[in-house]
Amino acid sequence: MLKLLKHLGLYFIMMQKVLSIPEKWSAFKKQCLLELEKVGLNSLGIVVIISFFVGGVVSIQTAFNMTNPLLPKYLVGLASRDSLILEFSPTMISLILAGKVGSSIASEIGSMRVSEQIDALDIMGVNSASFLILPKIIAAIVFFPFLVIISMGIGMVGAWVGGLSANVTTADFLYGLKYEFNSFYITYAIVKTLFFAFIVSSVSSYFGYFTRGGSIEVGRSSTKAVVYSSIIILFFNFILTKLLLA
Amino acid sequence: MIEIKNIEKYFGEHHVLKNMTHKFEQGKVNLIIGESGSGKTTLIKILVGLYENDTGSVLFDGTDMNQMKSKEKKSLRKEIGMLFQGGALYDYMTVEENIIFPLTMFTERSNIEKLERVNFCLKRVNLEGTNKLMPSELSGGMKKRVAIARAIVMQPKYLFCDEPNSGLDPKTSIVIDNLIKEITEEYNITTIVNTHDMNSVMQIGENVAFIHQGEIWWTGTKENLFKSDNKELNKFVFASELFKSLRKS
Repeated sequence: MLKLLKHLGLYFIMMQKVLSIPEKWSAFKKQCLLELEKVGLNSLGIVVIISFFVGGVVSIQTAFNMTNPLLPKYLVGLASRDSLILEFSPTMISLILAGKVGSSIASEIGSMRVSEQIDALDIMGVNSASFLILPKIIAAIVFFPFLVIISMGIGMVGAWVGGLSANVTTADFLYGLKYEFNSFYITYAIVKTLFFAFIVSSVSSYFGYFTRGGSIEVGRSSTKAVVYSSIIILFFNFILTKLLLA
Repeated sequence: MIEIKNIEKYFGEHHVLKNMTHKFEQGKVNLIIGESGSGKTTLIKILVGLYENDTGSVLFDGTDMNQMKSKEKKSLRKEIGMLFQGGALYDYMTVEENIIFPLTMFTERSNIEKLERVNFCLKRVNLEGTNKLMPSELSGGMKKRVAIARAIVMQPKYLFCDEPNSGLDPKTSIVIDNLIKEITEEYNITTIVNTHDMNSVMQIGENVAFIHQGEIWWTGTKENLFKSDNKELNKFVFASELFKSLRKS
């Protein structure tokens, strides 16, 4: 319990330093653009591939479980849509990004810590926490929602292809996709994603920033970043779902 | 000039620095020597403000760093240059970007002016033409020289070097040592070098402080070093066969 409180305390002290006005806007903007590429653009490929195949599998499994002939075929489209928008795209993609982006953030900052690059920034008088972490948080908050929306679209293409292989016609599938569509689901997914983006980037940065020792500790920090980000994402997923949908 | 008065530092129960008082003179290379774990790095980290001392004071030209307001501390930091053990160059930046970084962060100079200064510093450390290289493309000695160029780009009043020769061959070590000495005299800055390399001591040591178990046991010049009857200092200085044979001769 004391350890948890210590981590929480250090996390909030770090966040206080992170959320301060950047020293030089031109340098800050440059960092943000760099991070948008690292955190966002470089994750596009994995998001597209995973979303396509998971979408396909969701529709095939739904079709496979609909043994009752009274159930209309368009339910495949409907079920795929809702599972992708409500859960897979925001939560599962965020968990995947916690693995990819989170570990990369923690190892990058951790390596900078153990090789004294962060000390070099501090000695110069640069607020290292803000200079290194804030652009990562901004990049994640800006780009994760795009990734999630792309994931929804690609997931549905995958679901359509999966549906075709399970004898669901395009017309049935599209009818199911549009059937009683509630646009609030998209808002719900985006709100969740924004929270998850903040969690992944800030928690991973925390573990990287407080790395002590050498390369083994950098590896440990990276693992911890993924594990704790994932647990916190799942916890907040439960709370946010309760708050937004219940 | 930098002066420390009655500095104490604890890490939990561990008493790392014990009542340290010393003066580091301007225009000279001040050496802190001692075996690994004696407290040298902790002292240098206190001097540059990375750690806070538990008691005592650190005076930069008579002003106590711990009493400074954050704005004063910030301007003091701009007068400090530091050379780290591993160089601590930013991996994702080129040599030029590494050196230009402090100028971008803290000055309003134009790009041409900044570039001129970078080229001047690179020339000073004999690394002209390496602007576009990445740190991964540099040898250990080159990394150290780029780090020196970055440390002097803001024309610091105080230069700190933590084990500048670690991991370098003897020939490159001499190049680095000489560079530090030349820069110190050229710009009349206060330089503090943390080392356990006796060759460095002989090469550049002017004002030497020997630390043992968190205490300053001996201070003096490199000439007096060999004449001292301090038991711990002699154990440290004459640890190698080379220096043992020198003593005999």
